[in-house]
Amino acid sequence: MNLIFEIGKEGRGLSLLPKCDVPQTDLPEKFKRTTKLHLPQLSENEISRHYTKLAGRTHGVNDGFYPLGSCTMKYNPKVNEFAASLKGFTRLHPLQEEKYAQGALEVIQMTENSLAEILGMDSFTLQPAAGAHGEFTGLLLIKSYHTDRGDTKRTKIIVPDSAHGTNPASAAMCGYEVISIPSAEDGCVDLDALRDAVGEDTAGLMLTNPNTVGLFDKNILEITKIVHEAGGLCYYDGANLNAVMGQARPGDMGFDCVHVNLHKTFSTPHGGGGPGSGPVGCKAFLADFLPGARVTGTPEEGLKLVGAPKSMGLVKEFYGNFLVVVKALAYILTLGKEGIPEASANAVLNANYMRVKLSKKYEMAYDTTCMHEFVMDLAELKHRTGVSALDVAKGLLDYGIHPPTMYFPLIVHEALMVEPCETEPREVMDEAIEALLELYDTAEKDPEYLHGAPHKAVIGRPDELGAARNPVVRYTFED
Amino acid sequence: MGSYVPNTLKERDEMLKEAGYTSFEDMFSCIPDEVKLKEPLNLPSGLSEMEVARKMEELADKNTVFKSIFRGAGAYDHFIPAIVNSVISKEEFLTAYTPYQAEISQGILQSIFEFQTMICELTGMDVANASHYDGATAAAETIPMCIDRKHKTAYVSATTHPGVVKVMQTYCFGSNTKLVVIPSKDGLTDMDALQDALDKDPEAACFYLQQPNFYGSFEDAEAIGEIVHAHGAKFVMGVNPIALAIMKSPRECGADIAVGDGQPLGMPISYGGPYVGFMAATSAMMRKLPGRIVGETTDNDGNRAYVLTLQAREQHIRREKASSNICSNQDLCALTASVYMAAMGAEGMAEAARQCMAKAQYLRDELKTAGLYPVFHGPFFNEFVTNCPVDDGKLLDALAKEGILGGLPIADGSILWCVTEKNTKADIDKLVAIVKEITGKGGLSYESNF
Repeated sequence: MNLIFEIGKEGRGLSLLPKCDVPQTDLPEKFKRTTKLHLPQLSENEISRHYTKLAGRTHGVNDGFYPLGSCTMKYNPKVNEFAASLKGFTRLHPLQEEKYAQGALEVIQMTENSLAEILGMDSFTLQPAAGAHGEFTGLLLIKSYHTDRGDTKRTKIIVPDSAHGTNPASAAMCGYEVISIPSAEDGCVDLDALRDAVGEDTAGLMLTNPNTVGLFDKNILEITKIVHEAGGLCYYDGANLNAVMGQARPGDMGFDCVHVNLHKTFSTPHGGGGPGSGPVGCKAFLADFLPGARVTGTPEEGLKLVGAPKSMGLVKEFYGNFLVVVKALAYILTLGKEGIPEASANAVLNANYMRVKLSKKYEMAYDTTCMHEFVMDLAELKHRTGVSALDVAKGLLDYGIHPPTMYFPLIVHEALMVEPCETEPREVMDEAIEALLELYDTAEKDPEYLHGAPHKAVIGRPDELGAARNPVVRYTFED
Repeated sequence: MGSYVPNTLKERDEMLKEAGYTSFEDMFSCIPDEVKLKEPLNLPSGLSEMEVARKMEELADKNTVFKSIFRGAGAYDHFIPAIVNSVISKEEFLTAYTPYQAEISQGILQSIFEFQTMICELTGMDVANASHYDGATAAAETIPMCIDRKHKTAYVSATTHPGVVKVMQTYCFGSNTKLVVIPSKDGLTDMDALQDALDKDPEAACFYLQQPNFYGSFEDAEAIGEIVHAHGAKFVMGVNPIALAIMKSPRECGADIAVGDGQPLGMPISYGGPYVGFMAATSAMMRKLPGRIVGETTDNDGNRAYVLTLQAREQHIRREKASSNICSNQDLCALTASVYMAAMGAEGMAEAARQCMAKAQYLRDELKTAGLYPVFHGPFFNEFVTNCPVDDGKLLDALAKEGILGGLPIADGSILWCVTEKNTKADIDKLVAIVKEITGKGGLSYESNF
């Protein structure tokens, strides 16, 4: 289809602004733009149709099943959107005086307190804009703590080899050396490897639990104890919180700080990659280092914004992605203390239901009760038929199903990671199971067909190598 | 209580059995007892949709919504065309994730490619990324792009938004980078101080300049860029995207990297977020850009196609060797900006920019008659600083009573005012009349039926 620059005509446009009602002024020549600015010249009708076409070439959670492992693509409730569209939130200037923003401060306080209860933490900041941004903030808390104590020899962060790439990257951004420890055969932390890795130079450990292969690490108390005894702190990556919220709390597992993804666990939409929100929580002894202004007081006596005494500074302007927080609060109020464990229990049930049904044919990387997601290992299938995890994923596109996460975690080489979420009806999962089993048969009977998949999408497989070798990253105008 | 679990209790029981469990407790036996929650969460019970909607409305109503806003400082109340909200409410855009599966994500990928193109056009740069969390984090992430073994110190002008400087400082605390703030003189970057500082530092990596700066003033960006380049450092500009429709682009000023906050491009002020950061650079710096980048290619039938590209730069490949951990973008906000720019067009954006400037000039002139005099004197865009001869709290309260959010009090008894195309002459006259009441200037008494 056409790019937006390839439609419209010179001179088309919308009538949006009234005539200027004060005397005109002019920018001094020295500051004036001299190069032409190419932007589309379109009628409103053309804009509307262009984006409707683009929407038709996009698959969202509303279009169909989206079992993208580790991304928690659950349904995004509409009442959340309603709340975030209220003028009392959207028309609020971030720098208007506290007395004129009491409702917003209450939203922040209620959300922070609810998250603290769910995670077993004492304080939260809502500043971070995404999960990776939360990791960065959490590690800065750890760095602030050690620096404040004058404990400058702690230069290393321990990260399991099964971790998401953002974990080591976040540690590197905080000036830490990353110590990668191998996972044990059951996909969990290798306690001996951890004991060998910790020492006087350990700043902390980054971990998800359930881990990236979808298993709850039974040794979690021992793990956090080993790190604490070495003088390090424990950071909980909340990417997989949807499995355990209301069942178990990172704070009770020995973690000192956490981040959560409101766009995963707390049902705010992913927006094609953002805006997300990655609040960071911590135990009381770290709270003085939190970034940004903290909400204090009660709604009755008036809420105030006060900086934390030893604050690390700011990780983002203002108070984070506020409207995303509004949506998450609406979700927390809807579910309440009963609905939160109900959601996680059904997320885990749906995953185990699919796992058991799929293990009729597919090999599971870890053949045991999983949490909210599980990893299939297609190495044997590939060895036998030549059909890879990528081929099966592309085949799934023709069924109108978004494929599972491919090739992650790195410790399983032909991985497909499936996370159904609690918001899927049983029959949708049955259809996906049916499709995946059928694809398995196709792999055995007609591998070529799958090498060429997808066959029904708006494009075939794109040439990614060519794109990287010869980068075309913008449209070029003739004049 | 509310719930979004579709399966009935009966279905759940059946599924548990089919998966080989006798109950949920049985399934959760994989969690050790010592860490299992013994008590329910200490939260209220869940609510129906009607109750939630009412509760959220109550919270929203506790905030004051001002009829007219004369405050900016990083959050600008511009006009938003109706088509913007219509497009970004489409559920496909709202509910999709990062476009990992290109074949069913062409819509999002193409929209990002279009966004990148528009940002390149605005800034005059060769390449832009798919967007960043906000302008401040984009500014902070330019520093690692410029640091190498021979270039170690980062510089920023004191005329930059203080929040942006603070975010840069926090990021530099993380990466153990030295960040030096170059002082200002008369509301502009002190170019002599910059020259001196760079003369003494053979390891200068980059200098960050905001244009127009925090006080609304236009800096002599070209001359500053020349000083920076003469010292072998990179020149980074933080820019206001609306101003770019009429103002010399970063490319024309010699910048190597341009960043900014895209909030003015169709995003409501929303108590500070979500906004969107943009980042663009010369092609020489393309492979140093953090974040997602979409590229054009072809599919196996030769059709035009879009994919996430140049991924060798990114965290999932580089892991601990990565200089940025960003793995998402603010896509829906980038889409907002694209639709805004498509609706406004180059001429519409230029008109908005011209009106911002003209109306700011008008307010500044009128405020003089009320005894509020400009603190700085050079050319400015839509923000400017005045003194405040009376208690600023009293002045702002008087404005607030009439539905006006006045300027932002900044250090030493001065106020930073902002005007956009949304503020009418009548709004401005009303504001000035109230100010006169408070300062006792001008003799015209304000009547509330203005």
